[in-house]
Amino acid sequence: MTTIHIDNVSRWFGNVVAVNDVSMSVAPGVTGLLGPNGAGKSTLINMMGGFLAPSTGTVTLDGEPIWRNERIYRHIGVVPEREAMYDFLTGEEFVLANAELHGLGAKEARRALATVEMEYAQDRKIATYSKGMRQRVKMASALVHEPSVLLLDEPFNGMDPRQRMQLMDLLRAMGDEGRTVLFSSHILEEVEQLAAHIEVVVAGRHAASGDFRKIRRLMTDRPHRYLVRSSDDRALAAALIADPSTAGIEVDVQEGALRVQAVDFTRFTERLPRVAHAHGIRLLTVSPSDESLESVFSYLVTA
Amino acid sequence: MALHQLYHPTVARLTYRGLLGRRRAAVLFALPALLLAISIAIRALSGADDQTAANVLGGFALATMVPLIGVIAGTGAIGPEIDDGSVVYLLSKPVKRHVIVVTKLIVAIGVAVAFSAVPTLIAGFVLNGNSQQIAVAYAVAAAVASVAYSAIFLFLGTVTRHAVIVGLVYALVWESLFGSLIPGARTLSVQQWALALAQRIAGDGAINAQVSLTLGLTLLAVATVAGTYFAARKLRTLTLAGEE
Repeated sequence: MTTIHIDNVSRWFGNVVAVNDVSMSVAPGVTGLLGPNGAGKSTLINMMGGFLAPSTGTVTLDGEPIWRNERIYRHIGVVPEREAMYDFLTGEEFVLANAELHGLGAKEARRALATVEMEYAQDRKIATYSKGMRQRVKMASALVHEPSVLLLDEPFNGMDPRQRMQLMDLLRAMGDEGRTVLFSSHILEEVEQLAAHIEVVVAGRHAASGDFRKIRRLMTDRPHRYLVRSSDDRALAAALIADPSTAGIEVDVQEGALRVQAVDFTRFTERLPRVAHAHGIRLLTVSPSDESLESVFSYLVTA
Repeated sequence: MALHQLYHPTVARLTYRGLLGRRRAAVLFALPALLLAISIAIRALSGADDQTAANVLGGFALATMVPLIGVIAGTGAIGPEIDDGSVVYLLSKPVKRHVIVVTKLIVAIGVAVAFSAVPTLIAGFVLNGNSQQIAVAYAVAAAVASVAYSAIFLFLGTVTRHAVIVGLVYALVWESLFGSLIPGARTLSVQQWALALAQRIAGDGAINAQVSLTLGLTLLAVATVAGTYFAARKLRTLTLAGEE
């Protein structure tokens, strides 16, 4: 049991479309689900975890439906984003309860706590845990039955750098063992460090899929459009067009602004302020002028 | 299906500790303490009297305390976990959803009976020494009402975040107020169904119920089974939306 298939899945809440006709499959290894906040990552993970029915389409694990199928949890471990967990229990009691619900016992609970290095605090109430400690105990509860699929919703939120490294090592090791590990994040660097394979969702749509380098190219190499207002638009236009980061400029007389098409996003964002400064021009507005994928990607890159 | 196939000890432990570990558990202790205090005071001040015993047990214990404790136990057995999302740790396990519901119901019933029927029995003995079987009658009524309330409010806990409010409105407004004003409301009152049983147990004329024993027991059973069934059905398709 290893591959999750999402086929033509949409999910809406009332009039709001959270996930819009997404198809993807998540295979063994570590996959990062990347997208800005509100892109539909949690909705997708909730559907993969069997906590939400797709409005249309199917979500299956090696052909078996995940929704309304409790048996599937023998193969799936879930690390939810929400903080709430039985705070009145100690870490050990909590992980043990999770083990028992899988028909397992104290041995498995101990091993899971050791895996996340939480034995030192296992006798303390969860209510006293820091966010990072909670995250690790949640991990232990999801690992207790050694699932072949692990789903994690924003697992690095609130972790300090050391905890982040530890969790990354753990997830990497699990991916190397042949487990399917899917985690969501809105932070590019996290995904870059951990996942070889990335799925990008933007505004509920599946925007890109592939290895990290390919996606990075998609994000940075494609032309970006900006709306720029300055103290001297024509002088700025002349200066910018001389710079290789710029592919084209239109002087929008009606708007009183420049429409700039950048070749290289990173270079353009570096060059623009310098070029303006060198020519004594003040920048008044710089904003991505289209709501297309590129502008969101640029958000991701700068985030 | 055998009971042990419908009962998961781990779910029970989590439910029980959750119920008694939260702040609202204070109500579970406060109401019976109040009932006992009232009973002791009345007995000390005016001596044993069957009518007074019936008034206290019927008017406070069965009409107010039992439904309130039913609300706390029934909604508290599942509502908070659904509200804060921690129910995800139960749902992401290979455990049948109806097992989760039945187990939680059993725990809710246990807590409700322990905190309402048992104090009712003790209060009855304090008030009039169980003369005319009044203590036993009200205690049994409190127990069967606790079963039905637990199931009804457990179901409410699965469908609304405001289960406690809805439960309180039902318990205080419907059962206490409308029940005494509108004849029709009495037929749809857990309290009256339970009273029908109390009437049978107690001495002649000591307790008067508004519904017949058969109807009362039937409706108690229907409410309990329906509450359990719909709670399980709701849990089966419980949706945990993301926070985004």
